Amino acid sequence: MPVPDDRKKKPKTTAEAKIPGAYEGETVTRRRFMTGSAHTAGAIATTAFTLPALGMAFGPVFETEEPRWEGVGKTSDFPDDTYIPRTLTVSRGIGEVGKTTVYVRKYSDKDTEVRDEYNAYVAVSTRCMHLGCPVRYVEASERFICPCHGGVYDFEGKVSGGPPVRPLDRFYTRVRDGVVEIGPRYSLNSELKRFSPRDPGQPIDGVGQFMYPARPTIRKLPGT
Amino acid sequence: MAKLPTTSGLRPPAKRRESEEDTTAAPAEKKKGKLQESGIATVDWLDERTSLSAGARWMMFRKIPKGTNWFYTLGSATMFAFLSQTVTGVFLAMYYDPSATRAYESVRYLTNEVFLGEFVRGMHKWGSTVMVILIFLHMARTFFFGAYKYPRELNWVIGVVLLILTLMMSFTGYLLPFDQRSYWATTVGVAINGTGPLVGPYLSDFLRAGPEFGVTTLSRFYAIHMLLLPGIIAALIGAHLYLVARLGTTAPPWIRADTGPELREDKA
Repeated sequence: MPVPDDRKKKPKTTAEAKIPGAYEGETVTRRRFMTGSAHTAGAIATTAFTLPALGMAFGPVFETEEPRWEGVGKTSDFPDDTYIPRTLTVSRGIGEVGKTTVYVRKYSDKDTEVRDEYNAYVAVSTRCMHLGCPVRYVEASERFICPCHGGVYDFEGKVSGGPPVRPLDRFYTRVRDGVVEIGPRYSLNSELKRFSPRDPGQPIDGVGQFMYPARPTIRKLPGT
Repeated sequence: MAKLPTTSGLRPPAKRRESEEDTTAAPAEKKKGKLQESGIATVDWLDERTSLSAGARWMMFRKIPKGTNWFYTLGSATMFAFLSQTVTGVFLAMYYDPSATRAYESVRYLTNEVFLGEFVRGMHKWGSTVMVILIFLHMARTFFFGAYKYPRELNWVIGVVLLILTLMMSFTGYLLPFDQRSYWATTVGVAINGTGPLVGPYLSDFLRAGPEFGVTTLSRFYAIHMLLLPGIIAALIGAHLYLVARLGTTAPPWIRADTGPELREDKA
């Protein structure tokens, strides 16, 4: 279909349109130019306060923190057949709210997590891997039990019942001057293979590790 | 017709000067009339400069279909629940301290020590539940009466957004008393947000302002609860009401189109 003729008649420059005071080769009328500049100035001004404000809101997501190690007791305090509860500060500056319970024991022959320099002592997080309620270790049944929705984990923290999607998280541990120190958190898949820490409710078996990406700034320790 | 003390803008223009001609009235009535006149003059002054009365007439004196009943008030009821939440919320904010170490104490103080504090907080707490219930009833009315159909689809969409925003209000407000129930409910709620594939982990980090529940989590929830969401809700309620007034309301489904002889005559 041919282009209608009147399109061709449209003047290309202000001089052709016979606008008073037109410059040679001027293609945009001054009215149009001023309107455009005013809109652009408005857009720049809006962006100038919106972007920094959004940056402030989203900044903490990408903040990185040096791994902290916190002593929880002498090596002789922890047997290898049961857990000893200890308090750990995971979030500083908010008093009691920032503390969490961690269950500590010595690595035993029955453990299936690969033994290395960071798990001579096993520190199991009490954060339920269903939705984050606090689990409790019940010595009589050698199980971790969650009060919220009935998640049950075995002695190693593997899921033995209920809705949790993966074994209980653990913390890196190390021994310095006869004191057991607890470091950053890491997550485990159902074969107790280490992964960068994920939030509760996020499975990391199979495709899960790609569906639920870890934070770019908080990874498992290099070489583990 | 009885003479009501309405402003000229709300009355048909022809009847405007009617009462001034009446010189036989008793002195007491005359005084009353003067008072009325001065009130009307004030509104007239405003109206001349804003034309507000035209807007008010457009909003309030609408034609409504036959069969309109009490179910049609559920939307207004929801709006009044929102207004109640706004007013009580503003005054609760005067006593509340959104810091992790002092939030619980400030809530305890406003509940137990402040005059009427427990009552106002109670209205805010129970009012939130009432608002959610009313929204669902309003939504059910709209659905079962078929009032979401053309040309009102956009208003249904705005309503759904308002429902989601209201639930977000409930979620962010639940943390603020900062007792055990608040803390663990929020922990669970944030974890549920995190189970969304791909974006979930970033969303929960955004809500907590980091990987753990931290120093600014509470103030972040507070700011979202009392600044961000109410602003958006108020704006959307305005849009919702504008569309209601512009498009009118629907008749209930059991009302059949009237084909009486008068109507046919009217059409012709």
